[in-house]
Amino acid sequence: MTASLTHLQRLEAESIHILREVVAEAEKPVMLYSIGKDSAVMLHLARKAFYPSPPPFPLLHVDTTWKFKAMYELRDRAAREAGMELLVYQNPEAKEKGINPFDHGSLHTDMWKTEGLKQALDLHGFDAAFGGARRDEEKSRAKERIFSFRSANHRWDPKNQRPELWRLYNAKKAKGESIRVFPISNWTELDIWQYIHLENIEIVPLYFAAPRPTVERDGLILMVDDDRFRLKPGEVPVERSVRFRTLGCYPLTGAVESEAKTLPEVIQEMLLTTTSERQGRAIDHDQAASMEKKKQEGYF
Amino acid sequence: MANPSSYEADALIAEDIDAYLDRHQHKSLLRFITCGSVDDGKSTLIGRLLYDSKMIFEDQLAALEADSKRVGTQGQNIDFALLVDGLAAEREQGITIDVAYRFFATDRRKFIVADTPGHEQYTRNMVTGASTADLAVILVDARKGVLTQTRRHSYLCHLLGIRNIVLAVNKMDLVGYDQATFDRIRLAYSAFAQSIGITSFTPIPISGYAGDNITSKSTNTPWYAGEPLMEILETVPLDADADRAKPFRLPVQWVNRPNLDFRGFSGLIAGGTVKPGDAVRILPSGKTSTVARIVTFDGDLEEGVAGQSVTLTLADEVDCSRGDVIAAAGDPPQAADQFEATIVWMADEEMLPGRSYWLKLGTQTVTANIQQPKYQINVNTMEHTAARTLELNAIGVANLSTDRPLVFEAYEASRDLGGFILIDKFTNATVAAGMIHFSLRRAQNVHWQATDITREARAAAMRQKPAVLWFTGLSGAGKSTIANLVEKKLARMNRHTFLLDGDNVRHGLNRDLGFTDADRVENIRRVGEVAKLMTDAGLIVITAFISPFRAEREMVRQMLPQGEFIEVFVDTSLAEAEKRDVKGLYAKARSGQLKNFTGIDSPYEPPEDAEIRIDTTRLTPDEAADRIVDYLLDR
Repeated sequence: MTASLTHLQRLEAESIHILREVVAEAEKPVMLYSIGKDSAVMLHLARKAFYPSPPPFPLLHVDTTWKFKAMYELRDRAAREAGMELLVYQNPEAKEKGINPFDHGSLHTDMWKTEGLKQALDLHGFDAAFGGARRDEEKSRAKERIFSFRSANHRWDPKNQRPELWRLYNAKKAKGESIRVFPISNWTELDIWQYIHLENIEIVPLYFAAPRPTVERDGLILMVDDDRFRLKPGEVPVERSVRFRTLGCYPLTGAVESEAKTLPEVIQEMLLTTTSERQGRAIDHDQAASMEKKKQEGYF
Repeated sequence: MANPSSYEADALIAEDIDAYLDRHQHKSLLRFITCGSVDDGKSTLIGRLLYDSKMIFEDQLAALEADSKRVGTQGQNIDFALLVDGLAAEREQGITIDVAYRFFATDRRKFIVADTPGHEQYTRNMVTGASTADLAVILVDARKGVLTQTRRHSYLCHLLGIRNIVLAVNKMDLVGYDQATFDRIRLAYSAFAQSIGITSFTPIPISGYAGDNITSKSTNTPWYAGEPLMEILETVPLDADADRAKPFRLPVQWVNRPNLDFRGFSGLIAGGTVKPGDAVRILPSGKTSTVARIVTFDGDLEEGVAGQSVTLTLADEVDCSRGDVIAAAGDPPQAADQFEATIVWMADEEMLPGRSYWLKLGTQTVTANIQQPKYQINVNTMEHTAARTLELNAIGVANLSTDRPLVFEAYEASRDLGGFILIDKFTNATVAAGMIHFSLRRAQNVHWQATDITREARAAAMRQKPAVLWFTGLSGAGKSTIANLVEKKLARMNRHTFLLDGDNVRHGLNRDLGFTDADRVENIRRVGEVAKLMTDAGLIVITAFISPFRAEREMVRQMLPQGEFIEVFVDTSLAEAEKRDVKGLYAKARSGQLKNFTGIDSPYEPPEDAEIRIDTTRLTPDEAADRIVDYLLDR
C-alpha cells in the first residue's frame, strides 16, 4: 500500500480516535442523535470505533415532538441496528404548555431543544455528550474546540476554551461539569455526503426529492407533514418535488425544489448550488451572531 | 499539471457526477497554518483561497458584500477578511483572537487551515495551530519586510516541527510588483531562517487582495519562476506519508472486550506499518507477542498504516491496557521518568516549579514535576535568558520528572510520542504544551546484549578497579592541570587510564554542541556515556569538565556502579579564577563577547558532598594530585 490515505480515511480515523478517547476518559458518555445526515455519519463512525463491541453508550434524542414522521421511523431502526439503547427526552414543561413553532417563535427552540437538552443531561448525569456539529457550518463554530467544556449550568465561554494540540484532548473536569464533544468537527458538508455515498449509510428519505405537500411562506417552502400544520386562510398545500438539505422541526425547515432522487444527484445539486446549508433553517436568521449567542446559552 | 481552473466548479460535476465523486474520493488531506502580523493580510488571503476554490455561497457573498460596506476596510470592494473573522467580539475589534479552522478543497486535496492571530499575547494559539500543521504560510507585508513578528512566527513553526515553510511576500501590488523588494525580503529572511535552523523555505510574491500568484502564475511578476501558492499546497509532501517510514507504534487507547473470546487493542497508528504475524513489543512492560489480526468494521486488514484507527489482536495473552504502546519488537521506543523538554506556558497563572501537574502524552496520563527552567527563550530575539518560572506565552527549557515511566520518543522523531500537555490538577485547565528532547536517565527498555567477556573480566586482566575521577569546578580552577598530573602519576604506577578533557571532547564528539544550558546538559550526558564505556573496558577514567549542574553530575553518578564515580571538586573561588584567567575567557565574558559563561551569566552549582574537595589556595597542584591518587588506590 503506497498511496496516501485519502482525506475521508484520515477524517474517519480522526473521528474514531476522538470517540475512543471520550469512552476511555469520561465516566458516562452519551451520543446526541438528531437523526440528520451528520448524526447518521457520527453513529456510523461510533459503530466502527468500537467494533466488534456495540458503541458503549446510549443514544439520546432530545425531541420536540415536531420532527418529520420519517425521522422518527429511522431513529428507532438505526438505534436497534447499532445495538444501542435509545433515550428519548421531551421537556415536560414545554409539553404541558403546548409550546409549538406556530405560536411561540424562538421560544420553541429554546424550551424544547436548549432547555430540553440541559434537563436530559442533568437527569441522566451524563458527563460527556457527542454532537454532530461541524466547523464549516457557521463562522462561530470555526473556533469551537473538539472538546468543548461546559460549566455546571451548561454555559459555553468562547474566551476560556482549552487549547487542543496534536491529538491530545484534555477531558478532565470537576463534578457537575461536562464536555460536549464534536467528533466530526473537521468534516465539511461535501465530506459528509461523500462518506454517506461511499459507505452506503442509510439516511432519512427526506434528503431525496419526492413529490410532497408544501406551502410557501416568507420565502421558505414548508412541508405539511401532518394535520397539526396550521394553514393560513386561503392557503392550500401544493404538491412540489422537493428535498431537504437539513432536517429539524418540520414547520421550521425549508425545503428546496429539486429533482435529485439519488445520492449522486443530491451531491451534484449541492456542488452546483449557490446558497449555503443553514439558509434553510429559520433560527439562524434572527440576528447577527445568533448562533454564538445560542451556544453561550447552552444550545448545542 | 498546473491547471489554473482546477478548483473552479468542475464541468465534470454537471456531466458525470459518478466520475467526479470517484475522483474526489481519492483526494489527500493537507493541514497548514497561516501566520502573519495584524495587517499582513492573512484573513484576506484565507478569504481569497476560500473564494477562489468556490467555498463561498451566494448568501454568504451577499452578507459579505453588505458587511464590507458597513465595517470593511476596503472601501466599496469586498473585504475577504470579514469571511473568516468569526466571533462577534473580535469582529467589533477588527482582529481575530483565537484559532479558527477553515476548509477548502481543490481537485487534488482537501485543506484544513489553522488561522491564528498575529499579536504577541497569543503565542498559545499559534502553537496550537502549528501542532497539527504539515506546512506554514508565513506572511510578510512587502512594504514592511521581515518584522519581529515574522521571526517569532517562524521560530514557533520550526519549534513545533513544521518542515515546509512558505514565505508569502504579500501586497506586491502595493510595491508595483518590484522584484528588488521581493529579493531583499527573501534574502533577509534566508539569513534569519538559517540562524534558527530552518534549512529550506519557499519564497513567493503574492497579493491576496488582487489575487496574484494565488491560483495561477501572475503576469504581474514575470520574473518569478516558481509555482503559485495553490500549486505548492497541492503538491507538498505530507507528514502522514513520512510517518509510515518510521518504526511501528500504536498507543493503546482502549481495550475492546465484547466477550471472553475477543480481546482487542484499539488505537491510532502513530508510526510505521503493521501486518498480521509481525513481532511486537508492549511498552513499558517489554513483553513480546505477535500480531494475530487487524480488526476493523470493514473486515480484517492485511496491513495497517500510520494514521489509521485500528484494533489489533495478539497471539498471546499478554497484559496490555490504555497507556501502553504496542511497538515493533526490533525497534521499540524507550521508557523513562526524567526528561528535558521545551515547554510553552499557556495559562495566566505562571508555572510553579515543584508543583505536580497532570502530564498527558499519547494515551498516557501521569503526574509530573517540572524543575526550575534552565532558561527561557526570547521568541523575538531567540536569546536565552535565565528564568525562575514561565509566564503566559513564555517558552523555556526545563527538566521534568514523572511518577512512573513514560513511553516516549524525542519530539523531532514523533509528534505523537514526543508532544505532551500539562493539566492543572485543581482547575483542570490545559496550562502548557511540551516537546521532549531526550530522557535524562539511561533508557530502561533498550535491551542489553549480553557479552561473554564481562567488565569484571576486563578489569581483572588490567589488574585494577575501574573508576571515574570526575573533576568539576569553574573555568580556570585548575581541573585540567591537576587531572593531567594525576594521570601521569597513575601511568608511572602502570595503571591503565584515560583523560577526557573538556576542550578536547568539544573538538570532536561534541563539536555540534554550544554553551547553552541544554547543550551543556547534553555535553555532560555524552561524556558520562563515554566514561561509562571506558570503565566497562576496565579503565580508570579522568574527566575535566566544568559540569556546572548538580543534576547532570548526579545523572552520571547513577549511570555507574556504586562507588565507581568519584567526584573531585576543584574549589577555586570565582574571584581567584577570574584573577588567574589563564585563557583570557573571563575578560571576554565580562565584556559581553562570550555568552553563557559559567560564573558570569550562567550558574555554577557546587557539589554538596563531593568525595574529594581540593582547595587550590591551600594545596599545590602536585599535592592535590597526590591526595587524589591516594584516595583512588585506598578504595
